[in-house]
Amino acid sequence: MAKLLELPSREPLHGYQLRVVQEVLLALLARDASHGYELRARLTLALGPLAVALNEGQVYVTLGRLEKSGLVSSRRVGQVDRRDRRVYELTPAGRERVVAWLEDTSWPKPAPAEFHLKLVAAATAGLADPVGIVDRQRHELLSGLREAQRAALAEAEGSVAGLLLEGVVLRLQADLRWLEACAGYWSQARGRS
Amino acid sequence: MNSNSSVLSARELVKDYGSGAALVRAVRDVTLDVASGESVAIVGPSGCGKSTLLYLLGGLERPTAGTLQLAGVQLERLPEAGLARLRRHALGFVFQAFHLVDELTALENVELPALLAGASPHNARVRAVELLARVGLADRVGHLPSALSGGQRQRVAIARALVNEPAVVLADEPTGNLDGAATTDVLRLFEQLHADGQTLVVVTHDERIAATADRLITMRDGEFMDEARLTGGSARSLGAMTGLEG
Repeated sequence: MAKLLELPSREPLHGYQLRVVQEVLLALLARDASHGYELRARLTLALGPLAVALNEGQVYVTLGRLEKSGLVSSRRVGQVDRRDRRVYELTPAGRERVVAWLEDTSWPKPAPAEFHLKLVAAATAGLADPVGIVDRQRHELLSGLREAQRAALAEAEGSVAGLLLEGVVLRLQADLRWLEACAGYWSQARGRS
Repeated sequence: MNSNSSVLSARELVKDYGSGAALVRAVRDVTLDVASGESVAIVGPSGCGKSTLLYLLGGLERPTAGTLQLAGVQLERLPEAGLARLRRHALGFVFQAFHLVDELTALENVELPALLAGASPHNARVRAVELLARVGLADRVGHLPSALSGGQRQRVAIARALVNEPAVVLADEPTGNLDGAATTDVLRLFEQLHADGQTLVVVTHDERIAATADRLITMRDGEFMDEARLTGGSARSLGAMTGLEG
């Protein structure tokens, strides 16, 4: 039961999905060769407060993998008063991958079907009150909205990370409106039975 | 004063409209305690009784049954004049439709309740100027409401609600008439008020305003159905909402 109601955001964090970061790094290398530190700085700027979830070593590990797959090549560049640094460059295969990624229209999946079926199953089996399940989910999303909104309000006007946070806020609002419809339906269903 | 630190304390409030077969029970046995500095959002579908409840809490309507204590004063035995005085001193109201006086400038709208509450013209003016600056309208003090945008009008209304340093600010759909950018301004102000320790009770179906509250109460068919404390996750859980995490 507790397992059934466990929410995605409570699951342990495993860092960013590698696939996305791979393509992002390739795209960032499309114009100029660059090094890990600079790539990481660019991601940090684009993600704003969300960048804390980006693992320190993630960029370097991913660049290593991309090199093994032949999508980037690297060379060591000596520096006067510092450690040598590794500069990465896109290979033709890497370039092809970036073009395919930019053309790809797949979209992150929202999850209404699973939640919907959870409510139907809970009601059918008499396992739990669907309205109670909806309310718990609403609290979770509202807590998330509170956090996302605070982060969004803290961003300076014109911040690119603010745009990402706006996306998070709008999506949570849409989900919360649907949950309100769910609450309405299952409250009435309770009245009907 | 109540034994606990409640600024507002309602016990089994009931509000009926009509009678006999046409009786409508808009609010059913609502009990609510709001602590000093707390921000409470009451949400629910249209017609669930949340606006009626807010009017009861603000002493704008009398309950059919139940008791209400506000800033240490028991409301039910209070005569009309005393109730009006308590409203002026202890409460600030923010409405969906702003309710500004069209013939008065922003500054005059804000200082009016202070003058009615007995403040000297000088003190009322100083306070009004300060509050208009606080809501970001220092350069609009001389404007009539008709020369202001919806968001600016609502900010004037919020400044007006604060002029007598109320124990509680009651807001009824404060973003109901506003577009996205103006909503953001009002959200920012509510976050700010809350951070400054202002006690707030907001009735809304705007999820964004609801999400600024510490405590969320869901009303359906005139009753409190559900109550939750909103915590807000960490920046790491925020990451889970961006779709970037695996």
